[in-house]
Amino acid sequence: MKIVIVDYKAGNVQSVLFALERLGAQATVTSNAEEIQSADKVIFPGVGEASSAMRALKVNNLDQLLPTLTQPFLGVCLGMQLLCQHSEEGDTVMLGIIPVPVKKFDAAVKVPHMGWNNLHHLKSDLFTGINEDEYAYFVHSFYAPVTEHTIAQSSYPEPFSAALQYKNFYAVQFHTEKSGPAGAHILQNFLNL
Amino acid sequence: MLTKRIIPCLDIKNGRTVKGVRFEDIRDAGDPVELAALYAKQGADELVFLDITATNEKRKTLRELVREIARYIDIPFTVGGGISAVEDVEVLLQNGADKVSVNSSAIHRPDLITELASRFGSQCVTVAIDTKSTPEGWKVFSKAGTVDTGLWALDWAKEVVELGAGEILLTSMSNDGTKNGFALDITGEISRNVIVPVIASGGAGNQQHFLDVFEVGADAALAASIFHFQEVPIPGLKQYLAENKIDIRI
Repeated sequence: MKIVIVDYKAGNVQSVLFALERLGAQATVTSNAEEIQSADKVIFPGVGEASSAMRALKVNNLDQLLPTLTQPFLGVCLGMQLLCQHSEEGDTVMLGIIPVPVKKFDAAVKVPHMGWNNLHHLKSDLFTGINEDEYAYFVHSFYAPVTEHTIAQSSYPEPFSAALQYKNFYAVQFHTEKSGPAGAHILQNFLNL
Repeated sequence: MLTKRIIPCLDIKNGRTVKGVRFEDIRDAGDPVELAALYAKQGADELVFLDITATNEKRKTLRELVREIARYIDIPFTVGGGISAVEDVEVLLQNGADKVSVNSSAIHRPDLITELASRFGSQCVTVAIDTKSTPEGWKVFSKAGTVDTGLWALDWAKEVVELGAGEILLTSMSNDGTKNGFALDITGEISRNVIVPVIASGGAGNQQHFLDVFEVGADAALAASIFHFQEVPIPGLKQYLAENKIDIRI
């Protein structure tokens, strides 16, 4: 199986590579269009700020390429938010693959939303074998609200999308690579798709 | 619900843990990766590695250690100690660290906080504040607690958040090592007055101390020797907190 990690200088790529290594899988880190198109699985990690990440994607025309992909695709954290339509972070137009907005958390809660929170209302093959209320590690200041494309929810204190799915595009707000055995299990489920 | 975090802190020198560690079930107590793996297995929510190496080889040693930790540990970790430049942070994050902690260098040059936040995002910038209780109130000390900076702890906490810090690691040097409990007043005051999470540090001696500091509003609590010497084992601590209505991951 050929796994690629989309390279747009997103920062936490090494952690994702190690998480795959712990599952006995290897991945190529690339921004090359042919490499990405020919992969069986595409992983799209990310930490940092939305508008600068979008600028980085445009450098290699990845903003044009990613929406055309048809294989199982996994966005992680900022990689999830980039798949959405628009973010309140820097008033940024995102890739628009999943028709969901990205909003800033209410001023009544501490931001970033940082730490372990539970996953509920689990749907989709991505969560096979994962129990309702399993914990995952989050760190983010913006969120996607719950919509028909939500496949897992978390609450802070209002429910938000902990994971999204639209066609072949899967996306998780939490860090699978830092969420202990449960995170590894979810990553393995993605590889099994 | 978002849970409160329990964070063991490991002091590192030349790639090895330095403070005494007593566990029967690990082979090499000086190996930070082995100790970190044990804590992760016991239910630690995050780890902090504080590097106290003072040699020219420091950067290389630390980079290699961070890489090894990230390879084997599947929970988040923060690295601190002597970080003073954007380049230092880039190397640590690229090798798998999730957050960095800056302290004296941020006091010396507050713009560093903003530079790190705009480059890497606030979520990976923890500002460590060492505070001591003085007759006038809680003040900030630098250089391992030896220099009175003249700053008030609450004012400095607000300022670092303004500058872009995503988290505050608040250590009371008046409480550190006493095992008489965390500094509840200043921890509570800062927790209530900043929008970012606050990690309480210094003074933990028993389970009740963790309950007390979470009840005044701390988002996380850090300790070292009581975990290293199994005086307060993590699984029992988390069970106790859950029984006392604290949201905690078990």
